[in-house]
Amino acid sequence: MNHTLPKNRSLFDRAIVGPALKAAVLKFDPRLQVRNPVMFVVFVGAIFTTGLWLQALIAGGETSPNFSLAIAGWLWLTLLFANFAEAMAEGRGKAQADTLRQSRRDVQAIKLSSAQRTSKQTTVAASALRKGDYILVSAGETIAGDGDVIEGVAAVDESAITGESAPVIRESGGDRSAVTGGTRVLSDWLVVQISANPGETFLDRMIAMVEGAKRQKTPNEIALNILLTALTIIFLMATATLLPFSIYSVAAVKALDPSSQALPITVTALVALLVCLIPTTIGGLLSAIGIAGMDRMIQANVIAMSGRAVEAAGDVDVLLLDKTGTITLGNRQATNFLPAAGVDIRELADAAQLASLADETPEGRSIVLLANEHYQIGERQAAKLDAEFVAFTAQTRMSGINIAGRQIRKGAVDAIERYLREQQSVLPSDVRANVETIARAGGTPLVVADGKRALGVIQLKDIVKGGMKERFGELRRMGIKTVMITGDNPLTAAAIAAEAGVDDFLAEATPEAKLSLIREYQAGGRLVAMTGDGTNDAPALAQADVAMAMNTGTNAAKEAGNMVDLDSNPTKLIEVVEIGKQLLMTRGALTTFSIANDIAKYFAIIPAAFASTYPVLNKLNIMGLASPESAIISAVIFNALIIVFLIPLALRGVRYRAVAAAQALRSNLLIYGLGGLIVPFIGIKLIDLLLVGLGLV
Amino acid sequence: MISNIIIQIGSFLLVLLACVIPLGRYMAKVYGETPPMQRVFGPIERLIYRLLGIDAKTEMNWKHYAVALLGFNGLGLLLLYGLQRIQVWLPLNPQQLPAISADSAFNTAASFVSNTNWQGYAGETTMSYLTQMLGLTVQNFVSAATGMAVLIGLIRGITRRSSSTIGNFWVDLTRSTLYILLPLALTLSLVLVSQGVVQTFNASQTVELLQPIGNADGQTISQQTIALGPAASQIAIKQLGTNGGGFFNVNSAHPLENPTPLSNLFELLSIVLIPAALCYTFGIMVGDKRQGWAILATMTIILLGFTALAVGAEQAGNPLYQKLGVDDHASALQAGGNMEGKETRFGIVNSALWATVTTAASNGSVNSMHDSYTPLGGLAPMVLMQLGEVVFGGVGSGLYGMLIFAIITVFVAGLMVGRTPEYLGKKIEAFEMKMAALIILIPCVTTLLITAIAVSSDAGKATVFNSGAHGFSEVLYAATSAANNNGSAFAGLGANTPFYNTWLGIAMLVSRFWLIVPTLAIAGGLANKKLIPQSAGTLPTHTPLFVGLLIGVVLIVGALTFIPALALGPIVEHLLMSL
Repeated sequence: MNHTLPKNRSLFDRAIVGPALKAAVLKFDPRLQVRNPVMFVVFVGAIFTTGLWLQALIAGGETSPNFSLAIAGWLWLTLLFANFAEAMAEGRGKAQADTLRQSRRDVQAIKLSSAQRTSKQTTVAASALRKGDYILVSAGETIAGDGDVIEGVAAVDESAITGESAPVIRESGGDRSAVTGGTRVLSDWLVVQISANPGETFLDRMIAMVEGAKRQKTPNEIALNILLTALTIIFLMATATLLPFSIYSVAAVKALDPSSQALPITVTALVALLVCLIPTTIGGLLSAIGIAGMDRMIQANVIAMSGRAVEAAGDVDVLLLDKTGTITLGNRQATNFLPAAGVDIRELADAAQLASLADETPEGRSIVLLANEHYQIGERQAAKLDAEFVAFTAQTRMSGINIAGRQIRKGAVDAIERYLREQQSVLPSDVRANVETIARAGGTPLVVADGKRALGVIQLKDIVKGGMKERFGELRRMGIKTVMITGDNPLTAAAIAAEAGVDDFLAEATPEAKLSLIREYQAGGRLVAMTGDGTNDAPALAQADVAMAMNTGTNAAKEAGNMVDLDSNPTKLIEVVEIGKQLLMTRGALTTFSIANDIAKYFAIIPAAFASTYPVLNKLNIMGLASPESAIISAVIFNALIIVFLIPLALRGVRYRAVAAAQALRSNLLIYGLGGLIVPFIGIKLIDLLLVGLGLV
Repeated sequence: MISNIIIQIGSFLLVLLACVIPLGRYMAKVYGETPPMQRVFGPIERLIYRLLGIDAKTEMNWKHYAVALLGFNGLGLLLLYGLQRIQVWLPLNPQQLPAISADSAFNTAASFVSNTNWQGYAGETTMSYLTQMLGLTVQNFVSAATGMAVLIGLIRGITRRSSSTIGNFWVDLTRSTLYILLPLALTLSLVLVSQGVVQTFNASQTVELLQPIGNADGQTISQQTIALGPAASQIAIKQLGTNGGGFFNVNSAHPLENPTPLSNLFELLSIVLIPAALCYTFGIMVGDKRQGWAILATMTIILLGFTALAVGAEQAGNPLYQKLGVDDHASALQAGGNMEGKETRFGIVNSALWATVTTAASNGSVNSMHDSYTPLGGLAPMVLMQLGEVVFGGVGSGLYGMLIFAIITVFVAGLMVGRTPEYLGKKIEAFEMKMAALIILIPCVTTLLITAIAVSSDAGKATVFNSGAHGFSEVLYAATSAANNNGSAFAGLGANTPFYNTWLGIAMLVSRFWLIVPTLAIAGGLANKKLIPQSAGTLPTHTPLFVGLLIGVVLIVGALTFIPALALGPIVEHLLMSL
């Protein structure tokens, strides 16, 4: 399984354009057309003008057959272009889904009768597995479904899902117990309890999402559709009533001048006017914009579980960012030992190393290393010592070692203080002073105690990721507040917060504190985004408006979130917000453009439509279009072609910069509002010149 | 000439702006917890509640509010209709005027209840004093108060958080009338009487002409009947309540309804006084006065633009005269311009200013005849109405209409800043858009439909007095006026026929009440929402940029709909005239 997700497809990849053209034709199905009220009006108009063309061809009609054929043809093309835009957006997702689907080949699974590896085995198809079943997966086999590891440790190749080729370790218990169906065990074996029925697995949901199969209109899309429909009804009325107005005007002109050749407006011209006035540009591109937004998420290797989540990302005003891994590099480094008064620094270094021997975290390793490098305390093999290791737990928040009657502990200052109190001892004031100095400077102090004696402090230092301060500055300008979440004490947290440039921080955070902070912000009307991976993050993830779970996280976290980051990079939350904003901006920009276009179309069509009734109206033909027929056809052609020209913009999104709302509005209004006013004047004139030049009109 | 225009329009604007702050502040207090002037109004207010069994403390949700409003106005419609039908048997009818026909009575009742005050009848020769006072004047007050109540309900919807109620309709109605409309109307009546406006129960007077004249049949006319009546009291509220239904048929062009330039200024000011001051009230109530100023600026700029168009077109005169060698340009010897249908005591500027102010606000009173304007001069008032009566508009209704446009503007502009839209801290979602869409849709559709029915039916075409494009403009103007609850008449159209009385009556009711219900629904929807705090990511709605955008949306949504129709009316008429 060496295929990975194709990340940067070119916009008009041949593999996508071909099928998209085919899909565009299939989308002429009236049942699909009726879902989009704006384009359905065009659909009906196209049928109507085609009928008029046939009538003109057979029995003679209100216009020449060529004219009604030209109008009818371009109306069908308008629809085709809109269909094509949608098919293009969907096609990119489909290509992605096909890649994913290959990993879902129906595999055989070894089902166990109970959670024991040794229990009775039966071979069943993956599709026969149900939630709660146990399976055994050995090296070289594909995991048949989503589940949690009950027993065993194994290296798993998850590249089918994540595109990341390095294998990951999956083991029972803790936050690395989740496995995904379709991934492959490379070494050893796992007993997995299935957590999703067939069809409901992560892979299934992912395929459905990228394909847009379950795509529902998002709330803002629905609201925008209502506005567009209202505009369509208004213009439908404006053009429909124009027929009686025109008949009345013709009668009025003839009453004054019986020799007048005035004729009422043709129905073909009315349909052309209607289609030009209704917001077809945004109507034709609206669903493509939404699908493309989801697609941009996928390009960023984030799977959004709903379009609603992408939209909400644009609205977020508070980002809760975990300090470790997001703001700082994951690894804190031990940089210094500060012994208590009367304690030799070598004794402290020695005890610190002993207490960290079994600590596999990067912090623990860095302590062992520091003691080794600076104080020449040789690295000891943990397994060879006759000692009992005390693991870190969320309750004690300490780890350490019991060796030769000594009880060495290291941990946060409050944990050690409590430990000393239990031993009827106290923390010396000079140690406390050191702790505070380190914390104030943004370091993390770990206190080492040996029984009743506090030996001193280990200084751990956080390394803030490069460029974060600028990132947070951008977010602030966009009106987004950043909050750092950390288990550190308030002093340390404040220092790192200041160094990283976040707006606020939550120190000594527990899952409960995180949850209540989210609730507090939401009660104040704010939308909160966060990332999480552990099972204890699940309640907060479920509460947050935008919750990005890490793919390495537990199934509970992935279930609770509304998007999953396949790269498991929490910093990406910022990118997600930007994609959400870009999606909304694209919608607004194209709506503005579409409506602004109407002015020019009036100047093209109104003089042409009433040319025989009131020739004087030709004074409004400021574009100097050649003839009434060429004016109407040019406007209709422009209206169709503009959809094609805007497909790349709809798929790629408008240019996004991190600026305040007022500034974003000004620049977008200048480009898409003013541009929308001017572009059609030029476009329609050029098309008219071309039609005349080619002798078509 | 230019300086004359600037002085006249400038002084009007200055006086108006000077009144906006004190009146706006006063009105904000009236709708607050402790209304001002308790010693004067408090006992009367409490008496009203006690007599009618109203519990002023009970809050209503939007549906109850709407039901109370519709019930109250429905009853008003029936009473006014009945009063007209039986006026001949009632007192205060010195002229012994007969009962009014069913279709005209329906039209007038719909017209006054909907704050349109379209007049299909001639006031002094149709309505008894009792009908004018007890029927029309009462509706002048309560239809205006209804508009204010809806606006206050909407503002409460914007400011309240997670609340199910938007106030008490009876309290808002009572306070609007008692604390605001009555004292202002009383003051204005006295000022108008001081200028010579009549206020009497006496019957019409017959006077000997100083200079007898001959009529078309060669008879000598030596006597004139001068209509009188309790005019000043009705005129005051007709102007203040953006009603516009004159006591006399020619409205404020009548010398006993609007005798002097000073009375003209006061009547003109009182058209936009409350709508303008309500913008400031809105600013205070939402806790950000800049929001109110932004809306007021939007309205003022649109008004000034159309005033400039009308004044310019009228001052430029009639090209047909100029072709005949008649000089109607302004010069040292003459003021010039198109004076047809205008009173010499007001002149071009004050006539054209009145025409645009009365159509921007949904007043509809006239001091000159719009039918006699140049095509572009007549286009200005017509378009102002077609914008949906949101440029000042009716008392209350103009501002709530403009707030709906602000919501639509925020919707499109808000997306362009990369957030789902919000206005004053409230998210604008599908429900609000659905209601807002109805609100912009209904007047447009009604106007176009009524015009289409009129120009396609024999009954509609029968009473169009002018030929060609101008006749079309007359029908379009009448439908526009009724379907936007303005009431201004272009004249030149015989509208007192069963056809127009019925269709225009229906249009007026539809546009008034079908808009009020979705507006209250938006109020209810917004009241229920949380308030989103402002940040740099929030679209600011008080900046010049937003004002410009709001103007653009009002013009595009309003005008784009009517451009084809206007092209067949005033635009082509203008082009033909200047051939």
